Amino acid sequence: MSAVAGSGERPHHAGRSFRPPAPLTLICLFAVLLGAAILALTVGAAGIPLRRLPAALGLWSIVPPDPLTTRDQLVLWSIRIPRIAAAAMVGSLLAMSGAIMQGLFRNPLADPALVGVSSGGALAAAASIVFTDSRLGENLRFMQNELLPMAAFGGSLATTVILYAIASRAGRTSIAIFLLAGLAIAAIANAGVGLLVFIADDRQLRDITFWLLGSLSGATWAKSATVAPVLALALIACLSIARGLDVLVLGEAEAFHAGVEVERLKRISIVMVSAMTGVAVSICGVVGFIGIVVPHLLRLVIGPAHALLLPAAALLGAILLVGADTLARTIVAPAEMPIGILTAAVGAPFFLAMLLRQRGMAGL
Amino acid sequence: MTAVIEASSVTFRIGKARLVDGIDLRVAAGETVAIVGPNGAGKSTLLRLLSGEFRTSNGAVRLKQRDIGAYAARELALRRAVLSQHVSVSFPYTVEEIVAMGAGDSSLAAARPLVDAALDEVGLNDFRGRQLPTLSGGEQQRAHLARVLVQLACGEAVHGPGLLLLDEPTSSLDMRHQLDLVETAKRRASNGTAVIAVLHDLNLAMHFAGRVVLLQHGKVAIDGGPREAVTAEMIRLVFQVEADIQYTDGGVPFLLPHTMRRAAIST
Repeated sequence: MSAVAGSGERPHHAGRSFRPPAPLTLICLFAVLLGAAILALTVGAAGIPLRRLPAALGLWSIVPPDPLTTRDQLVLWSIRIPRIAAAAMVGSLLAMSGAIMQGLFRNPLADPALVGVSSGGALAAAASIVFTDSRLGENLRFMQNELLPMAAFGGSLATTVILYAIASRAGRTSIAIFLLAGLAIAAIANAGVGLLVFIADDRQLRDITFWLLGSLSGATWAKSATVAPVLALALIACLSIARGLDVLVLGEAEAFHAGVEVERLKRISIVMVSAMTGVAVSICGVVGFIGIVVPHLLRLVIGPAHALLLPAAALLGAILLVGADTLARTIVAPAEMPIGILTAAVGAPFFLAMLLRQRGMAGL
Repeated sequence: MTAVIEASSVTFRIGKARLVDGIDLRVAAGETVAIVGPNGAGKSTLLRLLSGEFRTSNGAVRLKQRDIGAYAARELALRRAVLSQHVSVSFPYTVEEIVAMGAGDSSLAAARPLVDAALDEVGLNDFRGRQLPTLSGGEQQRAHLARVLVQLACGEAVHGPGLLLLDEPTSSLDMRHQLDLVETAKRRASNGTAVIAVLHDLNLAMHFAGRVVLLQHGKVAIDGGPREAVTAEMIRLVFQVEADIQYTDGGVPFLLPHTMRRAAIST
């Protein structure tokens, strides 16, 4: 074809993308995460001013020793650092699983919470709370704290396996059926949670509610240690599916024509999303909208290519959840606000704004 | 001559319906074949079978002397490329990023010479930094053509000329770009690529193809050169349209449906 643009064509500078270089993006996000983490270390029910922070972290000792250093060290190493680490890692998992699911569905509004993966985890968590308090679960009561995250993880995984079984046939997966089945399963899981809320006593109700609204107050070193390998694996696996997710934007048939093993890509993505969401729910309950807000914001600035989007989502997800958790534990101190309320308060209007924008683009 | 692609007694069923029914088709290197026929004749289904996207219910499709189902997706992509009628992209990828997707796992930097050449060929060099969803339908289709050209070039470098499949590629293009696309496809054929295109516009099909395959009810009604395949009688039988066939100075046939001729005379 001729290289001459016809006179009827629109000016070609409109819609042109200017994107920051990838290394700069990642370095900036990492710096912000570091800043957010330092801020989170200093504020809380027991304030630790910046000047006392190096000593509290054990970076250098003050002579003569500050009497508050021991208290600061206890607060930091036993409570605050594991909590910040958990918040950062869970935020990364939620944001990456959102980005992968959106790539898989070719829809910027897809989210693990949307297809019932989070709801399945929440149902199992609520069931474990009620069960271990009942006469039947008496023998397991001693390990109630351990059982709850395991149940949440199992619930998320089971939901995804059921979903996949419904949506797949003869090695092919229908994304439309996956999405619709997910909505139905989310409704069933929510009905189950409703039933458990109905039969729960006051104490159980408080536990279930806190779980459903999300909180990182139960974060410990042990819990953080279970998230770390999952996050590391997810980051490595992300690199191997990034290119495939890019080409999948053309549609499944086109991606196959372009050389992508589509069914394999879908299987890996689905397993990754369920594992990442399951681990996240098992640590902090249901925290919504991180998976929608983070990838969308990033696509506006750095573009949609997954090789950069996924690691950048991990960093921005970590920043947002560390920030939200810091806010959650300070705005009503010494009490704590459930983090899910905060993320929903910001995320839901954002989600609506995206819907309205899409409606506008569709000419409705 | 050895066939690049060969369909033998290919049948494709959904339930009891036979969308493609016992088709035999051999296409050699450098051939240009237009698949035409009325709506529901099985044209696009046949193309999907030839691309390896659909598996046959009966019969076999062989690409370069090997069963098409035996190729892994990446191997297949290096031997055949497909341009579909309509591809919608929901994320703000740039034209350049979309075109580079034709280069498989190669980085954008490695694929740049091929991307540049393809963008130049489709006339979108000045649009490379634009987000694809902001382009018109025709411009988007040209970007996808450039992507397919990159894929074809990558395959050629490894395995020599392959197969190019076009599924109603001109539906969103204006007249000039329809002709440009046809010329692009012909250039590939002259390099030894086998080109098969599903086309609705019979005049464009006759202009493009050295061979026209007319499908009806999932079967080959006629298979031959444009002059033999597209006759007034065949148009009447298959499309239920009365038409005159005339010839250009170069001997290329073109047809004029009678209703259009009446309209032309009355104006």
